[in-house]
Amino acid sequence: MKRSGKIGIGLGIVVVVGAGIYAATAGQSNSKASAHTVALVTDGGGVDDHSFNQSAWEGLKAYGKSADLKQGKNGYNYFQSNTASDIKTNFQTAVKGGYKLIYGVGFAASPALKEVAKNNPKTNFAIIDDVVKQKNVASLTFHSEQSSYLAGVAAAKTTKSNTVGFVGGIHGDVIDTFDAGFAAGAKSVNPDIKILNQYTNSFTDAAQGKTIAATMISKGADVIFQAAGGAGNGVFAEAKADNQKLDSSSDKKVWVIGVDRDQYTDGQYKDKNGKSANFTLVSAVKRVDSAVEDIAKKSADNKFPGNKVITYGLKEKGVGLVKNSASNETWEAVQKAQQKIEDGKITVPVHP
Amino acid sequence: MSLMSILTLVISSTLVYSAPLIFTSIGGTFSERGGVVNVGLEGIMGIGAFAAVVFNLTFADQFGALTPWLGLLAGAIIGLLFSLLHAVATVTLRADHIISGTVINLMAPALGVFLIKVIYGKGQTEPISRDFGYTSLPLLKDIPVIGDLFFAKTSGPAWLAIIIAVLSWYLIFKTKFGLRLRSVGENPQAADTLGLNVARLRYAGVMLSGILGGIGGAVVAQSISLNYSAGTIVGQGFVAMAAMIFGRWNPLGAMAASLFFGLSQSLAVVGAQLPVIQNIPSIYLQIAPYVLTIVVLVFFFGKTRAPKADGVNYIKAT
Repeated sequence: MKRSGKIGIGLGIVVVVGAGIYAATAGQSNSKASAHTVALVTDGGGVDDHSFNQSAWEGLKAYGKSADLKQGKNGYNYFQSNTASDIKTNFQTAVKGGYKLIYGVGFAASPALKEVAKNNPKTNFAIIDDVVKQKNVASLTFHSEQSSYLAGVAAAKTTKSNTVGFVGGIHGDVIDTFDAGFAAGAKSVNPDIKILNQYTNSFTDAAQGKTIAATMISKGADVIFQAAGGAGNGVFAEAKADNQKLDSSSDKKVWVIGVDRDQYTDGQYKDKNGKSANFTLVSAVKRVDSAVEDIAKKSADNKFPGNKVITYGLKEKGVGLVKNSASNETWEAVQKAQQKIEDGKITVPVHP
Repeated sequence: MSLMSILTLVISSTLVYSAPLIFTSIGGTFSERGGVVNVGLEGIMGIGAFAAVVFNLTFADQFGALTPWLGLLAGAIIGLLFSLLHAVATVTLRADHIISGTVINLMAPALGVFLIKVIYGKGQTEPISRDFGYTSLPLLKDIPVIGDLFFAKTSGPAWLAIIIAVLSWYLIFKTKFGLRLRSVGENPQAADTLGLNVARLRYAGVMLSGILGGIGGAVVAQSISLNYSAGTIVGQGFVAMAAMIFGRWNPLGAMAASLFFGLSQSLAVVGAQLPVIQNIPSIYLQIAPYVLTIVVLVFFFGKTRAPKADGVNYIKAT
């Protein structure tokens, strides 16, 4: 008797709790029927990583503002993954939270996204910078070769030694687009230009980046484009160390081209006379934010491009070049090249 | 490129790469000579890098060109405080040295990024405005040939590191303190019987490693990465440990090993841009540093021997 009493109480609790959960979830889905809620699952970094995650989050905020949503459960939100193993859990939490559209950032997120998307066919997903072929997943990729082409044009127009350099991170399809685009752009201005090319084989080893830059500079390169993540910091460090010993208007000044985001502040320095100057020539930026906003809007209008790969180029403003310290003459050449790419007169190669 | 400019390039990039390793590996030597294994060097470097960058960003306007040097001091002080955690855990509380060191390594980047977020409201700092850059040493740079190669365009911290290495060698092998430190690392019982304070000497060893490890991190941050993020110190602390072992727990050996790592790294990069070597597939150049290390270890070194009581907690009989 005593025992069955306990079981009875236990059952009672289960029923009450179960009903509560049911009521809560049911209520949730009702109230959300109107708003098109969106969520972002970050990869290794946070939403202030100066890179993809931050840019994606800015796009989400911009969408939230335009759709009159608030940050939080019934509007737009982010889930931070501190390690790779958090990513899947975060996707599942986001699905349970009832978000209509969930973004994953970078190739690190795609295996988890693939699996969660398969198990939750009613929720829409978008993957940034990778391709996942599934009905409820849209893949957003970027024509980085186009912005790199423009960077190449700017480099070739600026160099005084007729030698430019490219420092890549790790060989692969993504960095190939930067490599190939830059070379094609530089050669379009001057077919005889010398392009030095070397990889750090790491996205974090700044010391490698610094040594490579030092080697290129001593071989005469005076404009260097780096697409090597954190290793690219070393390229900036080397150029800064050299430029500090020169007059800011010296012919030997070394320029660095920023990548993914506007790297103007990385090029700030004081020349040998103590004058403030800058050596970031241009930055080849990836506008993850505008791509994210674009897909959120499409999805809200019931035009979600499931199972499609959408590539953002110069025309869609998914990639672009920021002027920074480039001369007006250089910038004119860049704009002309941009027009040609947008008109489809130039097709930029994606592999070197 | 002329031979002269190739040599200059190889030497200056070797020194830039080696400087933080020299400081940190000597730090490790002090700690292990005293009998405390310090796998936390990586974490200590990280916190030193953090302290130097915060100091640099805050005080660059006040101290001008002197800022990065004072940044080393900031790195040293914070590194010292951080290493005290390791000393308290291992010497006073008799914890396992590897576990305590691992905790230091796990804690440092998380703490650094957390504090950066609290202070600046973002995940990584802006670039610092005053860095080490290249130094040319007065007088020495006027020596023909050698001056151009070693002193005209060089790394200031690297030369400081080399001086510290010589001083540390003297301290460990030629002074009373050094003898005592080594004796608690070899046979703490005997040292205790002779009236030495084992705990105090071990504390001193760990604290010296904190100071030098912090300086090592500060050098990385202020001459190579120029900002602080979770990715500023990734693996340099472990390379420094390897240099310490390679250098047989001797400051001069640790320095030579660090320079060797720097040289092979620099040759791998510079070689790819040189005629003839250029034609060798780059994969061979990339593995060259590691192959060279193994070859040197196998052929030129006998058995290396760690201090006898290294990693062994000393429990005083009462």
